Amino acid sequence: MGSKRADRREFLRGGAALAGGFTLGAVAPAIGQTPASPAFIKGNKDQIAYGDRSRFVTSVRIPHGGRPSPDAFGLVFHVAAPLQDSVGVITPSSLHYVATTRGAFIPDIDPREHRLMIHGMVDRPLTFTLEDLKRLPSVTRLHFIECAGNRSSRRAKTVQETHGMTSCAEWTGVLLSVLLKECGVKAGASWFVAEGAEEVKGASSMPLAKGMDDCLVCYGMNGEAVRPQQGFPLRLMVPGFEGIFHTKYLRRIKVVDRYYMNYNDYGHLDQDHKVAALDYQIGPKSVITFPSGGQLLPGRGFYEISGLAWSGGGAIKRVEVSTDGGKHWNNAEFKGTPQRMAHARFSSMWNWDGQETELLSRCTDELGQVQPSRAQVAKYWNKPLDATFSVPGLDNSIQPWRIASDGSVTNGNA
Amino acid sequence: MGMLRALPFVVLAGVSALAQSPTYGVGRTPTAEEIRALDISIGPTGEELPPGRGTAKEGAQVYRAKGCAGCHGAAGIGGTAPILKSKDGANPDVWARGRILPMRSPFATTVWDYINRAMPLNREGTLTADEVYALTAFMLYINDVIPEDEILDAQSLPKVKMPIGDRFASLPEWKPRTPRLKGYPY
Repeated sequence: MGSKRADRREFLRGGAALAGGFTLGAVAPAIGQTPASPAFIKGNKDQIAYGDRSRFVTSVRIPHGGRPSPDAFGLVFHVAAPLQDSVGVITPSSLHYVATTRGAFIPDIDPREHRLMIHGMVDRPLTFTLEDLKRLPSVTRLHFIECAGNRSSRRAKTVQETHGMTSCAEWTGVLLSVLLKECGVKAGASWFVAEGAEEVKGASSMPLAKGMDDCLVCYGMNGEAVRPQQGFPLRLMVPGFEGIFHTKYLRRIKVVDRYYMNYNDYGHLDQDHKVAALDYQIGPKSVITFPSGGQLLPGRGFYEISGLAWSGGGAIKRVEVSTDGGKHWNNAEFKGTPQRMAHARFSSMWNWDGQETELLSRCTDELGQVQPSRAQVAKYWNKPLDATFSVPGLDNSIQPWRIASDGSVTNGNA
Repeated sequence: MGMLRALPFVVLAGVSALAQSPTYGVGRTPTAEEIRALDISIGPTGEELPPGRGTAKEGAQVYRAKGCAGCHGAAGIGGTAPILKSKDGANPDVWARGRILPMRSPFATTVWDYINRAMPLNREGTLTADEVYALTAFMLYINDVIPEDEILDAQSLPKVKMPIGDRFASLPEWKPRTPRLKGYPY
C-alpha cells in the first residue's frame, strides 16, 4: 500500500509539472478567470475496489492515555477519534475510537469458522454461524459507544484528548432478545455473561433485562462488515452502557442467575453503591467540537458552533450553548432527529466580538437528566472542586473552551 | 452479600413469558462436550471449575517456571506488570490497598478465572488446570488469605474467605428508561 501511495505521489508531481509546462506555453489566465485544471488522481485497482480519501485530508486517530498504540510488538491499546474534525453524527469506521481490555493483538478471525453459542439457563442451548444470524430478522440503529476512561483533564489540549474515546456508528444485527427467545430463557435467570474470542476472552456480566431490551448482536457497521478493531465478525452492542460491555469477537453468551464477578466485573467494584450505580449506564453528555481546543479563530465575526450530545438514558431532548462562560444559555438546533443512545449533532449561531470568553454546552436527555458542571458534581458529592477532584463514575461534566482575544482556543478545565 | 441475594429478583417477573418454542428454527444444538470446552466463566459457586488441585508451594514453582516473575516481580511486586501483592499488607482496609486482583475480589473464583483465561500474556490458555489451582493458591498465600499448605480444588476454592468480605457496594436493579441512580440529578 505504501509503495503504491508513493507511486501515486510521483505521478501527481509529474502531472503537476506537465500542467505547469502547458501553462507556461499558454497565455497566463487573467485574474478572476478559472485557474488551470487541478492535478488529478489516476485510477488504480485498489482505489476502484475500495476507495480512499483525499491526500489533503489528514484527520487521524491518536493513541490515548499516554500508552503507545501500536506498541513495539504490535499490541493495540486505546486510540481516540478526531472529534475536532467530525461532521454529522456517524464516525467513519476508520476513525472510530478503539479500546482493548489491556494491550491486545487484534484477532484475525475467519468468519466461516466463527460461532456464537448461547447456553446456561436456557431450554435449548444454540450455536449460530454468521450465516444463521444473517437469516434472522435484522435491525439497523445508530448507537454511540464511549469508554469509561473518556474524561477531560487539565493536561488535555484538544477535544480529541478530552472526549475522543467516544464514537457513533450505524450498527446492523439481530436483537439479542430474538436469540434468547429462540433458546428459551429459564425462570430464575437474571444476568448474562458475554464473552469474546480474543486472547484475554473479556467477559462481562450484564442484567438480563438489558439483554431483553435493546442489545444487538452486530455483524454490520456503517454499511459493511464490522471492522476487526471493532470486533469482527460479531460485536455485542449494549446501547448506552460503558464501552467495555460492548463485547468484541462475541463467541458466547451464558444466561445465569447471579452477577458472575468475572474480571471485567471485578474492575467495576466500588465501596459506594452510588458510585457503582454510575458505572454502567452513561449519563447525559455533550461537547463543542468546533471551536475546540487547539483551533484558532481567524478573526471576529460569524461562526457556527457545532458539537455532539449523547446519553445512555435515551435520546437527547435539548442542548443549550453559552457563549459567555455560563451567564446566558440558548437552545441549540439539532441536525436531524436525535436517536436513542446515539450522538446528536447540534449547532448554534455565534457572532464573536473579538473579546475573551468561554464556550460551553449542556444537554438534557429524554429522562430529564441534565449534564452537570464540574462544580455541581463536586457539590453533590460534598467535595471541594480542587485539582484532585474527579467526577465519580463516567465523567459527563460540561467542557468549557476558552477563547482568547487572538482567537486561540484552549481547555477551560486547564 | 446484599447484591447477590437481591439479584435473582431482577427479572423474575418477565421470565415466564420468555419460555416458549423457537420461532425461526435457526441454529444448531451444541453437544455437552462443546459447551464444556467453551464454558470458562467461573461463577461464585465454582460449578464450572474443572477437576484438579494445587498448593501455594507448587504455585511458587509454576510462577517461576512459567515466567510470571519476569513481568510481576519475583515476589509478585516490583515488576512492570500490575502488582499481585499488597504493598501495605498490614492495612486492614482492603480498599486502601488498591485494586489487587487476588485480594480485592470477593471470590477466589475470580482469581482462578482470570489466570486461566488471560495469563500468561500472549500464551493464554496454555496452563493446565493443576497449574491454575497452584498459581491461585500462591497468589492467595502471598496475600495472607490462605496458609501455604492449603489444597485448592473445585470444592475448596469457592469456599475461600476473601479479605474484602461483603464490604463492596451492591448494584441497583437496572431498568430500561430509568435514570442510572435515583435522586442523582445528572
